[in-house]
Amino acid sequence: MDSRESTFMAETMTLIPGRTTKQGVGLLESKFKKQYRDATTTVEINVEDMARLGLKDGCKVRLRSANGVTTVKCTGRKTEDLPTGVLFIAYGPPTSKLMGTDTGASGMPLSKHLEVELERVN
Amino acid sequence: MGAATEAKSEANIKTVENATCTFCGCLCDDMVLTVDMDAKKITKAKNACVLGKALFLSHEEEDRPFALIDGKPATLKEGVEEAAQILANARFPMFYGMSDTTCEAQRQNVALVDMVGGTIDSTTSVCHGPTGMALQGVGESTATLGEIKNRADLVIYWGGNPAESLPRHFARYAVTAKGMYTPNRKKDRTIVNVDVRRTKSVPVADIFIQVKIGADFELLWALRALVKGRHVDPNIEKRTGVSLETMKDLVERMKNCRYGVLFFGMGLSMTRGRHFNSAAILSLASDLNEYTHFIATPMRGHGNVTGADIVVSWQTGYPFGVNFSRGYPKFNPGEFTATDMFVRGDADAGLILASDPGSNFTQAAIDHMKKIPMIVLDPKLTHTAKLARVAFTTSHYGINTGGTAYRSDGVPIELRPCLDSKYPSDEEVIRAIYKRVEQLLKTRKKTKGTNNKRRKAA
Repeated sequence: MDSRESTFMAETMTLIPGRTTKQGVGLLESKFKKQYRDATTTVEINVEDMARLGLKDGCKVRLRSANGVTTVKCTGRKTEDLPTGVLFIAYGPPTSKLMGTDTGASGMPLSKHLEVELERVN
Repeated sequence: MGAATEAKSEANIKTVENATCTFCGCLCDDMVLTVDMDAKKITKAKNACVLGKALFLSHEEEDRPFALIDGKPATLKEGVEEAAQILANARFPMFYGMSDTTCEAQRQNVALVDMVGGTIDSTTSVCHGPTGMALQGVGESTATLGEIKNRADLVIYWGGNPAESLPRHFARYAVTAKGMYTPNRKKDRTIVNVDVRRTKSVPVADIFIQVKIGADFELLWALRALVKGRHVDPNIEKRTGVSLETMKDLVERMKNCRYGVLFFGMGLSMTRGRHFNSAAILSLASDLNEYTHFIATPMRGHGNVTGADIVVSWQTGYPFGVNFSRGYPKFNPGEFTATDMFVRGDADAGLILASDPGSNFTQAAIDHMKKIPMIVLDPKLTHTAKLARVAFTTSHYGINTGGTAYRSDGVPIELRPCLDSKYPSDEEVIRAIYKRVEQLLKTRKKTKGTNNKRRKAA
């Protein structure tokens, strides 16, 4: 991370990874092509949070959990669709970097409701 | 479900009726596929949803080698030899995946893991595995989707987004489907959606209940208390985000419906509480049977993930996370599940059948997979295939390969392939590996016996 990138304030939010139609269609085409890559590297953010953080659609944000870090671009969702402080992203390689490793003796690592720090990159 | 019919015209166009789409757990078996046999392309997929259309219309047999060994092209025989050597020499191999292949291939995979004394796990462990654990504890009041279509007048979706993951669920089974006792379709049903966010599934609902993140268990437990006539503190709203009035209204609807159903998704099984959340919703359905008929059933994502549970269950007694090290099956989620075995670094080899953990497992697990010899069977090049020692190209189940798959409600569906493939099926490759591993293990046993005799003679 260079010094310019670290000047933006990080904010703690809750990330919900899930499935989307675009991701599903994309993986059928190829996981190495644009549609899947775009679907899995775009995080949805509440528009009020975006305004407060000075973010616009397409801005890059860094998501950091206790387990790893990834950089994705953002897009806005209305407050009635996505509450403030909550993020949504389609499952894919970026979410793998953020997921935990402890399955609590269930086989299932916590894959939703991940606490992440969100920070603007550019 | 009628018989498959085929008709060829002069243009070498084939029509396959009642074909099955294997993308999601709905396993819609009313596809009408138009196939250009010369171009080896499916040109139309009538009745398919957006995902089904993508599955069929984007299907193209890639010109890839039959196998890759360390990224270099190899023959099928060479691939089988390398895979067999890996498995015969492994001490604690993990067999994972199985949600996108036939039951016939799954069955062979269980036989192989049994022979080598390995561990077998399916994508269930990172899907509704916690639900599998829960239903062992509290039981399950369940039904087929056909029964639900015909009878349910109260349909509650909880923690799932079928509009995007199971697009025909509404039209085929639970919302706008015409049933025997629901002839007026949606007018005869009340649809409720419970979720932490307003998904694309919410618009079809008559009632949307937005629960606070991480409070599903508390909401379900409060509903159970209300069903049983217990007092619930109005402050429950602070914890759950749902008012006591809303809860009471839902409870009255649930107790007074003719036939109720709770469809639940990974919003319960993948989040804080895991199997406790699943147990709570299954128990709520059981409680409601004191008043009316009520069932709870998980919504399953992958085409044949239910088949994996069923095949592994009837062969080992357990649905997933099963180990054969001692010569008999042992079930222990957390110990014998794939994420745990890879993250801890326990597995010294891996066989991944029709799944791509390299793109969706936690990074620590992926990092371990990179360190050990991995065998992958998949029609497409995947993230996991890229890190594998041996990657087989196999034919696509449902399109190239026939067999059986289980719908998410446990109903077996016959697959009707429409195109030939030059690549072998998953089942054929697993059988070939099995045969070669069997030879290697027999030779080793014989050599060991001869050495023992020599030692004794000396």
